[in-house]
Amino acid sequence: MFTPRALAITGIGVLVIVATTLPSPAQLPTFGLGRTPTAEEIKAWDVTIPPDGSGLPPGSGTAALGKAIYIERCASCHGNKGDDGKYDRLVGGRGTLNTDKPVLTVGSFWPYATTLWSYVHRAQPLDEPGSLTPDQVYAVTAYLLYLNGIIGEHDIMDAGTLPQVRMPNRDGFVADPRPDVGKRARSPRR
Amino acid sequence: MDNPGALPESPQESSRRRFLKRGVALGAALVAGAGRPDPGQAQAAPDDPSKVLGGPRRPYGERSRFETATRKAFRGKTDEVGPNMTPLQDLYGIITPSALHFQVHRGGVPDIDPRKHRLLIHGMVDRPVILTVEEIKRLPSVSRIYFTECSGNTQSEWRAPTLKNVQGTHGLTSCSEWTGVPLALLLREAGVQKSATWIVAEGADASGNERSIPLAKATDDILVAYGQNGEALRPENGYPLRLVVPGWTGNINVKWLRRIAVVDRPYMTRMDGAGQPSLMPDGKARQLMFVMEAKSVITFPSGEQRLPGPGLYEITGLAWSGRGRVRRLEVSTDGGKTWRDAALQEPVLSFAHTRFRFPWRWDGREAVLQSRCTDETGYVQPTLADLVKVRGLNSHYFLNAIQSWKVAGDGSVHNVHA
Repeated sequence: MFTPRALAITGIGVLVIVATTLPSPAQLPTFGLGRTPTAEEIKAWDVTIPPDGSGLPPGSGTAALGKAIYIERCASCHGNKGDDGKYDRLVGGRGTLNTDKPVLTVGSFWPYATTLWSYVHRAQPLDEPGSLTPDQVYAVTAYLLYLNGIIGEHDIMDAGTLPQVRMPNRDGFVADPRPDVGKRARSPRR
Repeated sequence: MDNPGALPESPQESSRRRFLKRGVALGAALVAGAGRPDPGQAQAAPDDPSKVLGGPRRPYGERSRFETATRKAFRGKTDEVGPNMTPLQDLYGIITPSALHFQVHRGGVPDIDPRKHRLLIHGMVDRPVILTVEEIKRLPSVSRIYFTECSGNTQSEWRAPTLKNVQGTHGLTSCSEWTGVPLALLLREAGVQKSATWIVAEGADASGNERSIPLAKATDDILVAYGQNGEALRPENGYPLRLVVPGWTGNINVKWLRRIAVVDRPYMTRMDGAGQPSLMPDGKARQLMFVMEAKSVITFPSGEQRLPGPGLYEITGLAWSGRGRVRRLEVSTDGGKTWRDAALQEPVLSFAHTRFRFPWRWDGREAVLQSRCTDETGYVQPTLADLVKVRGLNSHYFLNAIQSWKVAGDGSVHNVHA
């Protein structure tokens, strides 16, 4: 854990003293551990895409291009039209969320198209996660949005257009109001 | 199934004890008679082990060959994807053995060499940093006992009593002692910038599990853990590094942790925005739900067990709350008409399973057993009817209602809605 010397060092002078007594620059100022990542390292790992699309890489695709990729890489689990319920169903279900049998799909439920891009890019297909190129992910994403009736067959999805896609259930979410059930006991005995 | 406890001594031997003895005799008879398919285990245990030289010492321990409790998959689409549930009915105390800790996987169990594994902390920090596992282990560590629970625990039970035993109904919760570095320490060292409000934590497995977590929680009590119950994390539980997020939903405790991005909004990853939201009757879904509310369940007697006859038994089970300590546990043996306080076994810890005990003399007639816990905030575990009235039947997650077990006249125990 600590060296005796590090243990003896306390207070404001820690940063300066550690930094000047270690051979290489310390990254954790107090403990002198770790190293600074390069910009390339951060870029390679930083793959989570937020709703505004920041971090989406160059590339593009359309549903027309995505169909063949989808059929080859995705359809065996999700069905040719994305509506096979064997694994997660991806298409359909619009208008069912307030019924007795809601069908939760990308089209009926997911609030952001960027989530679809980010997840497919990172984790799909199940047996070859991360194997699709950015162009392929844009195209497959476009195909699923097209199958759900959200974009046209030839609409180009890229870093600029994808975050602009308005998902049908975008406003279908509320904050967690709990505790919503479970009375507060008057004064529980110990 | 047995739970040796501090029952008051009864003048005559309790039928439970007779039952246990019979169980042991039966086990021995089975081994002596049928034996087991594995030739290494076929030999019967000696009648008097004190007269036989014991076996060789083992470098890494295993349980007795007579113990058979395992995690069980009640559903799941492939061997790699789905839940494996803890056999709560077979466990004692509050610590879940690491080998029986529940697991839910969406991309299989990764095989990670700890010498190659790294944790990257980046984003809105003054000093982005990459740390090795060895370096993280050099930092000041703490050990804490915390439960984890999948928010899908008990999801099979909304509409009807469905799974037959407590492993099926409640086996997606476990409790371990976790050892690691407070995330607050790492974030302080990296220098979180003033405008940051969230983090995104990412695992190194194939599932792309990324979760957005409010910075206030990240700098409060979250651990970056490498130890579980005194040894390294098991691969299924996140080896070599994971988050432990006290009291919050299972998959936010990101396993195989490799990256923490400090950001200024939730990133709405699949599990943030689409995988976990809880659908209400009006079609709106609650989003970014974190806390596992107070919950309890009786583990003995529970579904598929059988009481051998009338007599004295100790009802026992587990209670927990994602808002802190369990303050009170009541047991009903008449389907919720009357309630009496059970004893809480020390230690009673924040965000940990708490073991409760309640002596009960069964008169041989049908009885419905329930437990109801109250946490330190005063929140009382609700009935299923209370939950359904507000949330309907399609919210899927966060079912923390009172569980009912019916003891039938023949001593058999069944999952019921009461």
